[in-house]
Amino acid sequence: MLLYIRALLLLALTGVLTWVLNTKQGDIPPMGKFLSPYQGFWRNAEAPNDFPVSQTLRLPGLQQPVQVRFDDRHVPHVFAQNDHDLYYAQGYLTAHDRLWQMEFQTHVAAGRLSEIVGESRLETDRFFRRMGLKHGAEQSLRVMMADPTIKVVLESYSDGVNAYIQSLTPRTYPFEYKLLNYAPEPWQPLKSALLLKFMAFDLSGRSDDLRMSNILGKFGPEVVKDLFPDYPQREDPIVPVGAPRDFTPVAVPETPASFRAAQSGKVPQQEPDAELGSNNFAVSGAKSATGFPILANDPHLQLNLPSIWYQMQLVAPGVNVYGVTIPGAPTIIIGFNQQVAWGVTNVGADVLDWYQLKFRDASKREYWHDGRWKPVRRQLETFHVRGRPDRVDTVLYTHHGPVVYDHDEKPFLAETPIRHALRWTAHEGGNEVLTFYRLNRARNYQDYTTALRSYASPAQNFIFASTQQDIAIWPNGRFPLKWRNQGKFVLDGTDSAYDWKGWIPQAHNPHVKNPARGFVSSANQFSAGPEYPYYIGWDFAPWDRGHRINERLTRMTQVTVDSLRLLQNDDVGVNARTILPRLLSLVQPQRLPAAQRRVYEELSRWNYRYAANAINPSIFELWYPNLVKRIWEDEFGSTPVRPLRYPSRDRTTTLLLKEPTSRWIDDQRTPQTETLEQLALESLQWAADSLTRKFGPLGPEWRWANQKSTDILHLAQLPGFGRMDIDCGGGAGIVNATSQRNGPSWRMVVALGPQPKAYGVFPGGESGNPGSRFYDDMIETWRVGKLDELVYLASPNQQHPRVHAAWMLQGK
Amino acid sequence: MLLFLLIFLAATGAQLFLPWWSVVPVAVALGFWRGTRSGRAFLAGFAGLALSWLLPAAWLHLRTDGILSQRVATLLPLGGNGWLLALVAALLIGLIGGLSSLSGYWLRRAIWNGPPAPVSGAARRQP
Repeated sequence: MLLYIRALLLLALTGVLTWVLNTKQGDIPPMGKFLSPYQGFWRNAEAPNDFPVSQTLRLPGLQQPVQVRFDDRHVPHVFAQNDHDLYYAQGYLTAHDRLWQMEFQTHVAAGRLSEIVGESRLETDRFFRRMGLKHGAEQSLRVMMADPTIKVVLESYSDGVNAYIQSLTPRTYPFEYKLLNYAPEPWQPLKSALLLKFMAFDLSGRSDDLRMSNILGKFGPEVVKDLFPDYPQREDPIVPVGAPRDFTPVAVPETPASFRAAQSGKVPQQEPDAELGSNNFAVSGAKSATGFPILANDPHLQLNLPSIWYQMQLVAPGVNVYGVTIPGAPTIIIGFNQQVAWGVTNVGADVLDWYQLKFRDASKREYWHDGRWKPVRRQLETFHVRGRPDRVDTVLYTHHGPVVYDHDEKPFLAETPIRHALRWTAHEGGNEVLTFYRLNRARNYQDYTTALRSYASPAQNFIFASTQQDIAIWPNGRFPLKWRNQGKFVLDGTDSAYDWKGWIPQAHNPHVKNPARGFVSSANQFSAGPEYPYYIGWDFAPWDRGHRINERLTRMTQVTVDSLRLLQNDDVGVNARTILPRLLSLVQPQRLPAAQRRVYEELSRWNYRYAANAINPSIFELWYPNLVKRIWEDEFGSTPVRPLRYPSRDRTTTLLLKEPTSRWIDDQRTPQTETLEQLALESLQWAADSLTRKFGPLGPEWRWANQKSTDILHLAQLPGFGRMDIDCGGGAGIVNATSQRNGPSWRMVVALGPQPKAYGVFPGGESGNPGSRFYDDMIETWRVGKLDELVYLASPNQQHPRVHAAWMLQGK
Repeated sequence: MLLFLLIFLAATGAQLFLPWWSVVPVAVALGFWRGTRSGRAFLAGFAGLALSWLLPAAWLHLRTDGILSQRVATLLPLGGNGWLLALVAALLIGLIGGLSSLSGYWLRRAIWNGPPAPVSGAARRQP
C-alpha cells in the first residue's frame, strides 16, 4: 500500500511539474515547450544557408504565378501579373518576415494587448479603446471597402497574410509566440486600417488643449498671448513666405463669444513623444549635378526592433515601385518608381480637440447641446484579459466623439458632471490606402495631386519629385475649417458654435510647386507663414531642423546623392548656435571654481556639432534644459491636479536674448529675487556637477554618445533582443535626429533620371526574427550614416550580382 | 545502461513528432518495464532525456552561431551564454525524465511488490 502511495505521489509530482513547464507562469514562458530543441525557440534560429535559394510555394487563391527575388539585404522583389496577386504576395511575404510585429501592433491599437500579456496592460487597452482607435479604423474601413480597387488590395493582402498563418504549426510559430505562449489569429482588412490609425495616434495624438485651458485659467489671456503666441519669432515655414497662392479662400466660421473651460486635472495618460518628427527635401534638376531632381526623406520614429519599416519592390502591370511599407498595411508608403519619388513627414496641425460636456445627471444618458438634451450613445467594450474573467467597459459617445474620461475625475458640480469628449480627424473615414496605391503608380505631378485628395489622417507633408522636372510639397490631410485659435483650449461642448464646421478644401491645403529657390523641404515646422488664410494650429515643431536644412540647401549647387546623404547626417545644433553665446555671456567664468571654469572654456570653443565624440553637447544639453526649468517651473510646472506646460523653445529664446528683466525669471518659490545671470550660473554648475558625478572629471568620457546613449529596443522590450548604447551623434532638434530612443527610422535618397538611382537604410533589418542575421544587419550602415544602394529590378529574370534567391509562388 | 539507451532513443523519436511532454509517458513506461533499482531508474531517465535535449540544442547552437540562444540566454538571464542555456535546458528535461522513469519503476514495484528483477519485462522480451 505504501509503495502504491509512493509511486502515485511521484507520478503526480511528475505530472504537475510537466504541466507547470507547459504553461506560462506570470511573465515566465512555458519552459518545457520553450526550451525544447524539437519545438521551442531553438527552431527559430537560422543558419545562413537555411534560406531556400530556390523554391516553389503552392498558395491557395493565387490567380497566376508570382516570381519573387531576394537581394543580399533580404529585400523581396515581387513580380506579379495582376493587382490581386501583387498584394496577396505582399501580405504573404510581409507576414513571412514580420507576422508577430504586425499582429502585436494591431493588438495595441485595438486595445487587446491584455489578451496576450495579461492584466498589466488592461489600462493601456482601455485607453486605446476610449480614444476610439478601433472606431476610427471601422470608419476608414467602410470608406476603403466601398472603393472596388482598394477592396481588392485589402482583401488580397489579408488573404496572403492568412495563407502564411495557415502554413504555420506550433513548431514553426515566430519566436515571440513561443515566448508569450499564444497563437496567431486570422488577419482581416480591419487590422490594416487599425495600423494606420495607430500611426495617426503616434503622429497626431498629442494635445495641449487641457494644459492650455489651465494656463488660461491661471494667468489670463494677456499672458497666453505673450508666452504662447500663434506664430513664432523665428520660423522658416514649409511653403516659403511670399509663394504665390493659386486658390481663393473660403469663409471661415466666426469666433464665438469667449468660453473659459473648467480646470482639468486630466490629460491623456500616454501621449506620443513630442520628439517624433521627420525631414524631407528635394532639389530641382537645375540645382542638381545630374540635371534631374533628387529627393530625400527620413521619418523619425521610435527606434524599435523589429524595424518599423519593411523594404519591398512591387511590380505588376502598371506599377514598378520600390520603397518601404508598414508591416500590416498594403502598398508602399515612402518610395519611388521610374518617374517619380515621394516621401512624408508629419504635419503638427491641431486636428485633435477636447469638448467640455454637460450631462443631465449622473447617469450620463443625455448631454446638453444646442439648447436641448441629446442622447448619449453607449458602446460596450469587452476585454478578454488573459488568465482573468472578461472585463466590460462602457464608452460614451456624443456627436463630437468618444468621452475618453468619464470617471475617476472629481465632478465639477455634482448635478452637472463635466467630462471631455474627443473630436479627432483619426475618427473620420479616409481612404489613405488609395492615396498610396495611386502614388505607387504616379507618373507626374497631376497623378500626385490626384493621389493626395483621398488622404485624411495622419496629415503628412507629402514631398514629390518627377523626371518631368517638377518638385513639390503639400502639407496634406483633412484639416478642420476653424476660427483662429479654435481648439487651442478646451472647447464648449454645449454650444454648436464650437463644433467643427466642415473642412478646409483639400485644394487649399498649403502647397508649393517648383519654388524659385530650387528646392522644397519640411521638418515638421509651420506648414505656411502667417499669410496663409486658414488656421491649422499654433504649435509646430521648433524651427531648428527646418532652418538648418534650408540654410544648407540654399548654399548647395551641383547637388548629388551624397550631398543629400550628408545633409541627412548634419549634426549642427541650431538652438545651441542661437543661444549658447548669450548663455556664456551671462556667466562670469572667474566666479567659477577651476574645474568648472575648464567646462566653461570647453563650451566657448564649441562648433555646435553634435558628433558622437564631442563633449560640449553633453554639457549644453544639461545646462540649457535646466536653465529653462529654473525659469518656467515655478509658474508653469505641472501638478497632478493641474497639468500645465512651458512656453515654446522659440519664446524662451526671445526671453533669454531680449528680456533679461522679465517677471518670469524670478523664482516665485524663494523669498529673494533671482536674476538671469544667477540662474545661468547655477544651471551651468548643476550640469558640470552632474557630468562629473556620472563620468568623473572633464575628459573624453563626457562624450555625447555616452551621455545620450541611443538604444534600439525590441518592441516588447525584451532584454537581449535590442541593440543598446549605439555609438552615434545627432540628437533631438538636430537634422540627424537620433536621440536616446527616437531617430531616423528610414533614410532614403533617390536621384531621378533615365534610370532612378536610389539609396536607403533603416536601423534594423528586413527580418523580424531575432534568430535571423537579417534582424539587425543594417544597423551598422545606419550608425555610420551610410546608405545601401537599393536594388531596383526591371524584370523578374534580370541578372544582378546582389540578387541570388528566386522563389515561385503558385496557386493550388 | 540499457534503460538509458532505450529512454534516449524512444524519447528522441517521440519528440520528433509529438509534443515535448510525450517524454513523460515514454519514460514512465520504460522505467516500468526495464527499471531495476530506484537510483538506476532515475539516472537512466535523467541522462537519457538530458542527452536527448543537449545534443540537438548544442548542434543548433553551433550551426546557427548562437544567434538566438545568446539572446535568450540574456533574457532568462544566463549572462548571454548559449552553452549554459543548453545545459540548463538539459538539466530541466533530465529532471522530468528522471522523475518519470523512477515513478514508472516504483509503480511496477507497487503492483508486483516482488524482488527487483525485470520478470515481466524479461518474459516479454523473449517470447
